[in-house]
Amino acid sequence: MIDVTLVKKDFPILERQVRDGHPLVYLDSGATSQKPRCVLDAERGYYEQHNASVHRGAHQLAEEATQAYEDAREAIAGFVGASADEVVFTKNASESLNLLAYAFTNATALAARGHDVDSRFVLGPGDSIVVTEMEHHANLVPWQEVCAKTGAQLRWIPITDDGRLDLTSVDRIIDDSTKVVSVVHQSNILGTINPVRFLMDCAHSVGALGIIDACQSIPHMPVDVSALGADAVAWSGHKMLGPTGIGVLWSPLLDAMPAFLTGGSMIEAVYMDHSTYASGPKKFEAGTPLVAQAVGLAAAVGYLTDLGMDEVAEHEHVLTGYALESLQRVPGVEIVGPTTNDERGSAISFTVDGIHPHDVGQFLDARGVAVRVGHHCAWPTCRRLGVPATTRISPYIYNDTHDIDEAVAGIVAAQKFFVGV
Amino acid sequence: MESLYQEIILDHYRNPRGRGPVTDFAGEAHHINPTCGDEITVQVALDADGHLVVGYEGQGCSISQASASVMTELVVGGDPAHADRIREAFLELMRSKGEGVPDDEILGDAVAFAGVSKYPARIKCALLAWMALQDAENRAGIAVGSE
Repeated sequence: MIDVTLVKKDFPILERQVRDGHPLVYLDSGATSQKPRCVLDAERGYYEQHNASVHRGAHQLAEEATQAYEDAREAIAGFVGASADEVVFTKNASESLNLLAYAFTNATALAARGHDVDSRFVLGPGDSIVVTEMEHHANLVPWQEVCAKTGAQLRWIPITDDGRLDLTSVDRIIDDSTKVVSVVHQSNILGTINPVRFLMDCAHSVGALGIIDACQSIPHMPVDVSALGADAVAWSGHKMLGPTGIGVLWSPLLDAMPAFLTGGSMIEAVYMDHSTYASGPKKFEAGTPLVAQAVGLAAAVGYLTDLGMDEVAEHEHVLTGYALESLQRVPGVEIVGPTTNDERGSAISFTVDGIHPHDVGQFLDARGVAVRVGHHCAWPTCRRLGVPATTRISPYIYNDTHDIDEAVAGIVAAQKFFVGV
Repeated sequence: MESLYQEIILDHYRNPRGRGPVTDFAGEAHHINPTCGDEITVQVALDADGHLVVGYEGQGCSISQASASVMTELVVGGDPAHADRIREAFLELMRSKGEGVPDDEILGDAVAFAGVSKYPARIKCALLAWMALQDAENRAGIAVGSE
């Protein structure tokens, strides 16, 4: 059992007051999580004691910085059951997914010029890319771009009215033309946990590559990337207690993909007319890497490991059940997404009759309750479910039933204010 | 809360004025607030006396929809230069970070939005209809300064 009272003490920001003295009730961890003191200390400690340019420099600090960076890679790989030589640090999950998308467009462009590339990454008219109707824009827009550049067709697995994937015709959507299946593990707007292992198996059965956006799963449940059956998994650091400015890409196919960002650090040898590239993660880490952020993220996975990811998942499962029940007891509140906590995470979207989400959010904010409002970077999902926007609470390890009660009380007060009930 | 959500705003939100299409409109603009999905379509024409006819459809928060309603009441029946003067005054109020003293001679019911200027995330909501009107006037060729 997670002792939330103890956990809260590790997060300095949770002692803050906002909007004229209201204690902060932070329920926006789906957007970004707060950071425990150990993460802040790790970054500060790195800068105070070890800061230097990594992978170069003939001095002690450079050695220490390089060690800290590569230790961080080991720690983060270990957290998800991966091997460190398959883990790339990026700026954020969007960059991780763009790196993958560009592997396809770059391979396609290189193949057209007669270069030797892995044919699994070459696309053209007649090929298809499959996503779902509940993707974050980060796992949708890059694939739209790939299709525009290569002539491949974008397809999507539709969703049901209650926010689950509609798999009835999945075998017609993922077919012999499919070269990529890229799906979200846990929806950031609906909370739905998708059957990604099944979808990766579907992809492989037709010879396609399988990609998973794990931004909302890896922070919240135990995930062993190798057990998901994917060819690549992308996620961000800042949603799992880590700093902003760092994302992660895991893939055992790094050497099969063309380079993405090019320049310093990612090369093997450079001549005036051409260059050869490093192998493994280094090929995808051009320029000075995100050392302090990696050190911070390693501290974050250490913190989560100490809590125990099974415990984290159990805590959120219980809290999600409590929140779903509490919200649905309020007349006029409707959950957008699964209404029970079966195969569901803690991101809970809802609408309030007669009050626009922006106004709900503003009203909650005036009481110190921080939530997200809008389309949550999943605009097509909103459109499909017939809502222009939603209000979302997304509790995490430092939230308890009291925080949920505060949100619910705020919603009821908003109804009194705006609708007069 | 009450400083942001003045009774005038809630009244315009619950009972919007000026909603609906403009027959034979001369210009139309559809504006979206991409951070929250608020939308508005403003249509505009000039009547025989050179006065503005304005209508709109939209969906969004109370601030964005009430602002459209207030705007329509203020500008309909005046000429484009009159609308432009009010828009400039409203823009200035929105940029005032809560410090502005609105002129109710010019702004009428729009003075109720003064509190919005303290909330950076909401200023765009209040301006959405005004920006769409300006765009629609430009497209109709009736904006101030256009020939």
